[in-house]
Formats: sequence, structure tokens, C-alpha cells
Amino acid sequence: MPDPITFILNGKKTVVEGLSPTTTLLQYLRRNAGLPGTKEGCAEGDCGACTVAVGKLKDGKTDYQSINACIAFLPTLDGREVVTVEHLKRDCKMNPVQEQMVKCHGSQCGFCTPGFVMALSTLMNNTKNANDEDIQDAIAGNLCRCTGYRPILDAARVANKDTNRALPSEPKTLATIQRNKMFSYEAEGKKFFAPVTVAELADIYAQYPAATILAGGTDVGLWVTKFHMELPVVIYTGNVAELRQIKETAEGLEIGGAATYTEAFAALAAFDPSMENLLKRFASVHIRNAGTVGGNIANGSPIGDGPPPLIVLKTKLVLRSKSGSRTLNLEDFFIEYKKQDRKPGEFVEKIIVPKKPATVQFRVYKLSKRFDQDISAVCAAFALEIKDGKVAEARIAYGGMAGTPHRATNVEKALAGQPWNEDTLRAGMKALDSDYKPMSDMRASEAYRATIAKNLLHRFFFETTEPATPTQVYRYAE
Amino acid sequence: MPNETKTIDGGMGAAKPHDSAHLHVTGEATYTDDVLEPQGCLHAYIIKSPHAHAKIKKIDVSACSIPGVHAVMTSKDIPGVNDAAPVFGGDPVFAETEVLYHGQSVAAIAAETIEIAHKAAKLAVVEYEVLAPILTTHDAIKAQKFVGDPYVMQQGDSKAGLAKGKNKLKGALDIGGQDHFYLEGQIAMATPLENGEMHCWSSTQHPSEVQHLIAKVLKIPDHLVTVEVRRMGGGFGGKESQASLIACVAAALAWKSRRAVKCRLDRDDDMIITGKRHPFHISYDVAYDDNGLITGIEFTQAADCGMSPDLSNAIADRAMFHADNVYYLGDSKVTSYRCFTHKVSNTAFRGFGGPQGMLAIEYVIDDIARALGKDPQEVRKVNLYDAKGALKDRCTTHYGMTVEDNIIGDIFAELEKTGDYSKRVAEVRKFNASSKVLKKGIALTPVKFGISFTLTMLNQAGALVHVYKDGTVQLNHGGTEMGQGLHTKVCQVVADVFQIDLDKVRITATNTSKVPNTSATAASSGSDLNGKAAEAAALTIKNRLIEFAAAHFKVAPQMVLFTGGQVHIGGKPMAFKELAMLAYTNRISLSSTGFYATPKISWDRAKAKGRPFFYFAYGAAITEVIVDTLTGEYKFLRADLLHDVGRSLNPAIDIGQIEGGYVQGTGWLTSEELWWNPKGEFKTHAPSTYKIPTGRDIPNDFRVALYDGENQEETIYRSKAVGEPPLMLGISSFLAIRDAIAATGKDRCLPPLQTPATPENVLKAIEAVRK
Repeated sequence: MPDPITFILNGKKTVVEGLSPTTTLLQYLRRNAGLPGTKEGCAEGDCGACTVAVGKLKDGKTDYQSINACIAFLPTLDGREVVTVEHLKRDCKMNPVQEQMVKCHGSQCGFCTPGFVMALSTLMNNTKNANDEDIQDAIAGNLCRCTGYRPILDAARVANKDTNRALPSEPKTLATIQRNKMFSYEAEGKKFFAPVTVAELADIYAQYPAATILAGGTDVGLWVTKFHMELPVVIYTGNVAELRQIKETAEGLEIGGAATYTEAFAALAAFDPSMENLLKRFASVHIRNAGTVGGNIANGSPIGDGPPPLIVLKTKLVLRSKSGSRTLNLEDFFIEYKKQDRKPGEFVEKIIVPKKPATVQFRVYKLSKRFDQDISAVCAAFALEIKDGKVAEARIAYGGMAGTPHRATNVEKALAGQPWNEDTLRAGMKALDSDYKPMSDMRASEAYRATIAKNLLHRFFFETTEPATPTQVYRYAE
Repeated sequence: MPNETKTIDGGMGAAKPHDSAHLHVTGEATYTDDVLEPQGCLHAYIIKSPHAHAKIKKIDVSACSIPGVHAVMTSKDIPGVNDAAPVFGGDPVFAETEVLYHGQSVAAIAAETIEIAHKAAKLAVVEYEVLAPILTTHDAIKAQKFVGDPYVMQQGDSKAGLAKGKNKLKGALDIGGQDHFYLEGQIAMATPLENGEMHCWSSTQHPSEVQHLIAKVLKIPDHLVTVEVRRMGGGFGGKESQASLIACVAAALAWKSRRAVKCRLDRDDDMIITGKRHPFHISYDVAYDDNGLITGIEFTQAADCGMSPDLSNAIADRAMFHADNVYYLGDSKVTSYRCFTHKVSNTAFRGFGGPQGMLAIEYVIDDIARALGKDPQEVRKVNLYDAKGALKDRCTTHYGMTVEDNIIGDIFAELEKTGDYSKRVAEVRKFNASSKVLKKGIALTPVKFGISFTLTMLNQAGALVHVYKDGTVQLNHGGTEMGQGLHTKVCQVVADVFQIDLDKVRITATNTSKVPNTSATAASSGSDLNGKAAEAAALTIKNRLIEFAAAHFKVAPQMVLFTGGQVHIGGKPMAFKELAMLAYTNRISLSSTGFYATPKISWDRAKAKGRPFFYFAYGAAITEVIVDTLTGEYKFLRADLLHDVGRSLNPAIDIGQIEGGYVQGTGWLTSEELWWNPKGEFKTHAPSTYKIPTGRDIPNDFRVALYDGENQEETIYRSKAVGEPPLMLGISSFLAIRDAIAATGKDRCLPPLQTPATPENVLKAIEAVRK
């Protein structure tokens, strides 16, 4: 017997049946709920016009995050609380973000405005006092084509001084709609399952091995909104609490397969400031609130930003199915373009990132046309263990340079055992040509990719041998 | 006498928020997709060409009629003329025998849901014979394929000028296009009404043209079609001519199905089907003396127009008009080619060709300064037009217009001071001398932008003003609101005329049944034209009220004064609403149209001489940047903008236009890259691949000021147009990057930086100057 989708929308318990499971939250709001304030700008999670706040029950309260409603399938909202721009006014009074957006002239055409308002209102809700960097991060996934952003940033700064910051919430009602077993939904002949335990997940996947595994939906969502694909069976991993765990063990950092980038942010950022920088540039807050570390690996994209640093950090991947778990080196998972070592019924249970020895110099660099919310032309990760001035071990991996993210074995060989000096650097840069034959596409030409792959090794050399030399424009402050 | 200290709320020059700001922030502002759909409204999907150039051998849409589909149309089903082009034709609603770009509309389906329409579209069978495409201006010129005749503007003898100069330079610049990326994609919803009428909500800058084209496509007279626009979620020129295709598809399907039809392009379809800013290839040949004074110059501008004329001829003309920017060119010649390519038809985009023409001359000035080892500001100053009030022999443009209002010298002086130009140039040089990987660059660039439609006929506008018995006012005019604050400004004009508070004036959706035969809201002309028309309408009513009050109260007409929310009649105050009621009871008309036609302008296209512009708007910007010479990445550190809006109608809105324009111009020249594969398939058709600036891309330190002055021409309250000119302040961002690159090369090197200055193009230029 299928369950109806049950969630709280703008303070009211809402029950939905009969809509296709791949209906997006945005479509539902605009077509069915009579809430057209949330806009569609791109239907791929890149412009932020559809930003809404989605809350989970946590410690008796609604814990809100901003997400892109355009790629969130409606059944993933089951047991959640949703707030849209229409629900911010209280007693006919605008909230501080809305008020300041008007006073600071933060809207022109107004089409992106509801998204900015929701992104900033969620930031206000989640912080006691946001700094400029927090504000920039909060709206990194919101595009405005009219204002040039200055008045929006000003509005956020002024609103941030206000103590009235909470989003409206109904945690008591939210508590009544939580499930302790798998949620099953069906409509238009399509099925949607949201198991709550790993065992349930393994079972249902064994039952439907051709099903689409849905984690954050930041990729799968586009299969529907962009490619108009039909997904007959979807299994959602986001409600499996065990898969969202992040913990330090003797083996290292364990990140559950369904943990979002936001959830894993702090633990991963601790590896190096360059990792924090990468994570910050990894899409936007709204996408990181949905997108998972496991999904970024499992989709096998050659341009995912997760794999290169994880590969050089010697990450292990644990795959799980009904018949049990198996562990492999992350780098061995990627076989060729669009082909991974994943058997029917297997899903990402967790990754294990070993502790990095203090003697290892680790950096990761991302290159794209734009700092925020852009896909890498090249992503480069370096882990060099230097002992007595010589390279004891070199692990180097690139994304965007081939059909899969993989290690630069020839460069590693050129470096191994050599003193870490200019000559070795040159030898390493030269060896790169034999490791990759990059391609030309809309993000970068073959020649540029080949050149910057070398130059990023050069940057790594500067940073490890002349730490006083400034090398990155985004770190530069007058 | 009236109490002069009392003023109305929101009159001229008041920094009032956008009239819809409170609706924007609450989600209550209604865009076309938010209008309640009529019962049974259908949703349209356009079947697109997968090839850049191909013959259509067969179109079979018979399988598309699955349950839920109510109309399928190809070119054969169009009752009238199969063309949605603005002037010269060539933009079929549905391709007939040949497709000319990847993404061209071939057929359309209207179904009960968009999902059914998508499904049905997959069942269409279209067979093509693929042909070789022309994809560059170079190939177009070789094949002599143009969408309009080549055109020349010249002054004196350019060859003699080139021979005269001691120093010579030749060069060329590839200038990329730009997608509008309005946040609201193209959309229209058409509803068939009784007696053959058609109503259409359209997100368009040009409702009158949409009206006319729907009528043409449906073979019905104009008076049966009503087009309505409350607001657009951004336009930037992209909805000037190219909203028509979408509206025509919706109307044609509505006509065929007899049901309301909404055609909303999703982001990818929007970017694939509709045109962009024109890419240009501009080459130059210049001679100059040791001070950098230009003695002769020739430009050849090749515009990549795409597959049809659209507005390309006017756009290419404007690129020529701006080949001088603020500089007297003397013996000069500008040749323009309007190249046909098998790409989407390029169209209006904020600046309308002006930015490309202006960028080229700024690049030339930068080249001359670098070649001479001078600061570019020195070279700029020796080449300026004569200043306003001191016209001598350097005040005529290459198209024969006298520049009478040049204030750029004043703007330079003020900006150099407030922006601390010389000191910062020295600091940048000092930083670069010691910094190994990172290099800084700085540039100051000016803007002079001609205001008026260069097709003189278009410089007209109408308005309709009603005063109601309760003293409130409803206003309508031919301009459309796309975020630029036009409606706010025009309301302020009317409030000021009647001397009533701004909240007493309500503007309604632009509607072809209220004001007919309007021009597009384009060419920055919105408030100049519609402000004047609305003022005229309001003055007509005000004069009737004065005449009536003078007769009624037996005072001289000059003793009837409107001020501070009241009307003083012979010294006695009366509320405006009381006078309105009194006038009504005495059968005085409280409604009027207003009309305006821009004076003084004339243009002889055959001779390429005349005064195409009523006046010029000026501005200048300093941008400072830091560049990573290993990767080509950069970050803008500071920008100082000083811009001329005459006497500002609304400083808050004007500053918004200036900042937004600068950031959009910077985006055009930096991160925004359009990319076609070798087959002519457009691949950057979504924000995942097409990168407009985000909040973090703007300068850390961003300073904006209005130049204090008034328009010497009699414009609405002596203001100046502001929509397009500030976009070109972004040229300073591009030349600042070029300045940083120069620091990596030999002294006096000329970095061959092409646009957009993506990290890739920056690194390429760095590698070139290092060789």
C-alpha cells in the first residue's frame, strides 16, 4: 500500500498523492500549490531563482537549509518542513531581509529576488551573526543579472544586524509526520522508495536492481528536467541515517555514502586550507546541502571535484549490497568514461579517508572560468611526502584531463626519490604530457588543460618551497 | 501665497525604491508565467533543428497526436505569413525547406502538460540532408554571404591621414558575443477570444511589434490582437525583437486549438533558440605622432549576425557610430560587414553594437600608449573631442555630427582625483616589480554613448493618463518594465506635474489597446520618450484644471498653482482630490493622451552623415585587478565609476543601472563565453556552462558616483538616458587585465588579449608576451 507524501508547507501539513514521483518541488509549488513566488530560472540548480528552505526535525526543532526546489523530487520532502518566499511576512510585516532588499534597492527586475531572499533568510536563521564571507557563500548559487550584487550584499549586511532572524517553523507538527520505516510512494506507474536503514536499502535495491539510486538529486534531477527521462523506479538514500554519518575511527575519516557535502564540509576541510577552498567552490551552498560525497563518486563523472583529492589521500571506497560489503581503492572504482566498478544492487556505503601524516604536503586546486558555482576545467590534487629533502612518495591526480579522474603515474615516477627542486619540477611537468591527452570542450581547450595541469604543479612547487610567495588571487588581500 | 516648503513624497529626483520592490521581495510580483492560466490552457514545446545547416527532406508529425495533444503545427499550418522577423524578414516561425541554425524551430506541439508535449515531440520524424555550415565572419566574407550590404562611414582622407603619422600600428581583435541571461526566459501566453480576437501576455520589450506579427502570422488585422506586458524578468535587448517568435508560436497554436496556449522556453531552449550579442572581428590600421595623437585610422568591423537580418543592420551601424568613443578621429574610415553565419540570429543587447565599436578604439588607444611607453590616460587626453563650450576644429564625428556636449574632460579630472589614479598606477607598477606569480593591472576608460534610435521614425512615444474623481491617477505608456525602473520614473514625472504624492499614481500593465503603435523599450530611450509623453498627457489635464479653476473661482490662471499635494487657487489651498471631484461635477475631462517626438535629429543613411543622436551620455571607470600568471585567473580589487545621467530622475535607480551595467559589461568581457563545436552546435546553453558574474566576482571595493550636471538638451527634467551607457564602463575591467598581462612581458609589449578574457585567454596572452 503506497504512502502519500506528507510534509509541512508554509506552516500547514500537506498530503500529496497522484503526482509522478519525479515531480519537482518547484513544479508542485507553481502548478499545484498556487505558490508562484518561487521561480524557475534554469531547472538545473545553477541560478537559485527557485531557492526555498527545507527543514529536518533535529533535537525538537526544524533545522533549515536552503536548496534548489527545481531539482528536488517531491517525495524527498516527505517528513520535512518547507518554507517559501510567500511565508516570510508575519502580521503583514516583511522580514528583515525583505525589508532591506527594498530599502537598499536590491531588486530590479525582481525575478531572482525571491531566491536571494530565501537564501539570505535561511542564512539569518542559521547564524547569530553572519560575516561578509558567510553572506557571499550563502548567495554563491544565486544569479542576478540586473543589480551587480552590491545592493543585495548591502541589504544582507544591514538585515544581519537584526535580531529577528528565525524562519517560521512547526516542529511539533513536524514530529508527527516522521517515519520509522521505509516510505513507499507510487503514482503514474512509477515507484519511489525511501528506506530508513541500510538493510532496507540493500533489500529494496536487490528487488529493483535497475532502479535509479537518488541521493541529493543534483545530477539525477537534471536527467528529468533537462533530458526528459522517465525514471520508473527511484530509491532515495537521504533518509538512511546510518549513511549520513561522519566519524573519526582508527582507520581515518569515515563519511557515509549519503552524507551531503555540507555535512562533510568541516571534516574534509580540516585536511588543508586548499581543501576548504575547493569545497567552497564546489557548486553552491544550496547544492552542497543536497549533493552527497557518495553521489559525486558513484556518478563517475570525469569532472567531479571530489575524487582527485580523495584519490591522493588514499581513500577507500566501501560498496554495499544485499550480499554484503566490499572495499576497494577509490582510484580503482573508475574504469573508463561512464564505466565504474559497481555491480547490480551495489551502492556506496561509505568512504574512508586515512589520516594524513604530518610529513605529507597536500594541496588541491580547481580551475574554472568563474570562482563560484562552476564546473572544473581541471582539478588537480597533490600529496607529496618529503623526507630529508627528497620525495619519498608522490601521489598526484587530476580531474578534467581524461575520461575518468586518475593518477598522473608518470609524473609521480619522475618525482619519486628525487630532491624537491626546480629540476624535478620541470621533469614532472614534462611527464604530464605522457599521463593525459585532454580534450577540448566548452570549458577549456586541450592546450589550456595541458598547460595549466603543468602550471598547477608549478603552483604546488611554489607553495611548498616558497610559502611566502602569494600564488592565488582569491587569497590575495591588500 | 502657497507654503513652498511643503513637498510631495516621491517627486523628481527622489531616490524612491522600484515601484514593485515590495512585490519582488515577497514573491507577489506577477510575471507572465504567474498569470492565472485560463481553463484548459495548453503548453507548447518547440521541435528544434539538430543541425546548423541542412535541407529538410521530410517532416512527418502525424505520430505526435498522442492523447493530451491538441495541436501540432509546421510551416504548412500557418494561416498567414510564416515570419516573425522585425523588419527585413528571414525569421520563419517554422522552418520550411532548409534549417539555418542549430536549434531553429521546425514544428511545435500544444498539449495539456509540458511533459506530454515533450513525449509527443520525440515522435516527430524530420529527415535532413546535412550541409556544410558557415560559422565565422572570415568564412562569410570569403563566401560573400551577408545579411545586409556593407556600409562605410568616413571623414576626410583616411589614407592621407595614415601616411601622415610618424608611427603606425595594425592589429585585430576578436570580440565575443554574450547571452542576455535574463533570469526569466522567453514566454508568452495567448488566449483566443470572441469574434476572432487574440489576447497575448508576452514577456516582450516591444508589445506593438508582437501584436503586429501575431496579426500577420494569423492573417488578421492588428485591431484583433491585444498584447499585454506587466513586467519582464529582465530583457537587456533579448526581448526586443526575439520575443515575437515565442508569442507567434503561442498564438498560432491557440488559433489552431481554440484554447489558451502558453509557450515558455526552458533555459536551454531559450539560449539555443534565441539570439545574442553579436560577436565581432575588428581590424584596425592607425597612424599617430609621438604624443599619441591619431592622424589617421581605418577600422574594418565584421559582425557575426547569424542566419537572418533581425536588427543586425542597425546594430552594425551603431558599432560604427561608436568607433570614435570620446576621440576625434580626423581622417578616418569605418567599413562594416554584416556577415551571414549558420548560427542563431544575433540581436539587440544593451549597447546595441556600441560596445563592440567602442572596445576597438579603446584597444587601439591602449596599443598606442603601450607602443609609446606612455600612460594610456596621456594618449586619451590628446585625442579627445573639443570640450563643451569650447568647440574648435576637433568636434565633428566621422559621421558628420558635431559633438556639442562633451564633458569627458571634467569627468576624467574628477575621477582621476576621487579614484586616486596616478598614485595607484605607481603602486601597481611597484607591486609588479617584486611580485613573482601575481601581477596587478589598472585601467581608466571613458564612455560616450549616443542617445536616440538611429532610425529616426522610432523616436516617438505615447501615454495615457486618467485622473479619477478621488484624486488618484492611473497612468499608462508605451514603455515596458524589465527591471530598469522605467515605471517608477514615469510615475514620478506625473506625480511631479500634479504635485501629488507618488503613491497616488498607479501605473498599469503596458497594453497595446491603451497606447498604440509604440516603439520598443530599447536604445535607453524609455524614460526620455515615455517620460515626456506622460508629462504631456498630465500637463493637458493640468491645464484643463487650471482653466476650469480660474473660471470657476474667478481668478487669473496664473493664480492656480499646484504644489506640495495641494492646489492653491487665488491663494486658497484646496486638496487635489477636491479639485478633481469639482472638475468632474462640472463635466471637465480628466483623461488625456500625450505624445512626444524627439526633436533635432536627422540621419541621411545614403550619405552616412547627419545628427543621429539627440545628445550623448558620458561616464568613466577605473578598474584594478590582480592576475595569476600561472593560470590566468584574476580577481577585481577595486572599481571607481563616475557616470553622467544629467539631472537624475531617481538617483537610486540610476545608480542601480550604472552598477548593474558595469558588472554586465565586465561579464561580457571576462567569464561569459559562447562556445560552438565544429559542427555549429551551440554548447553553452545553460548556467552550468555559461558563466555570468556572481556576487563574489564584483570588486571588493566598489565605488559609484553620479556626475553632477544637467543635460544641455531639453529632455525630461534635463535627465539623461542610463540603460545602456554604463555597460561600456566594463571595458576598464578588460583593459586592466591587459595591463597586468603586459607586466609579464617585455617593455612596450602589446598583449594579444582577446575577449572574453577567460583564464584561458588570459594565459594565452601571457604566454604570447613572454615569448
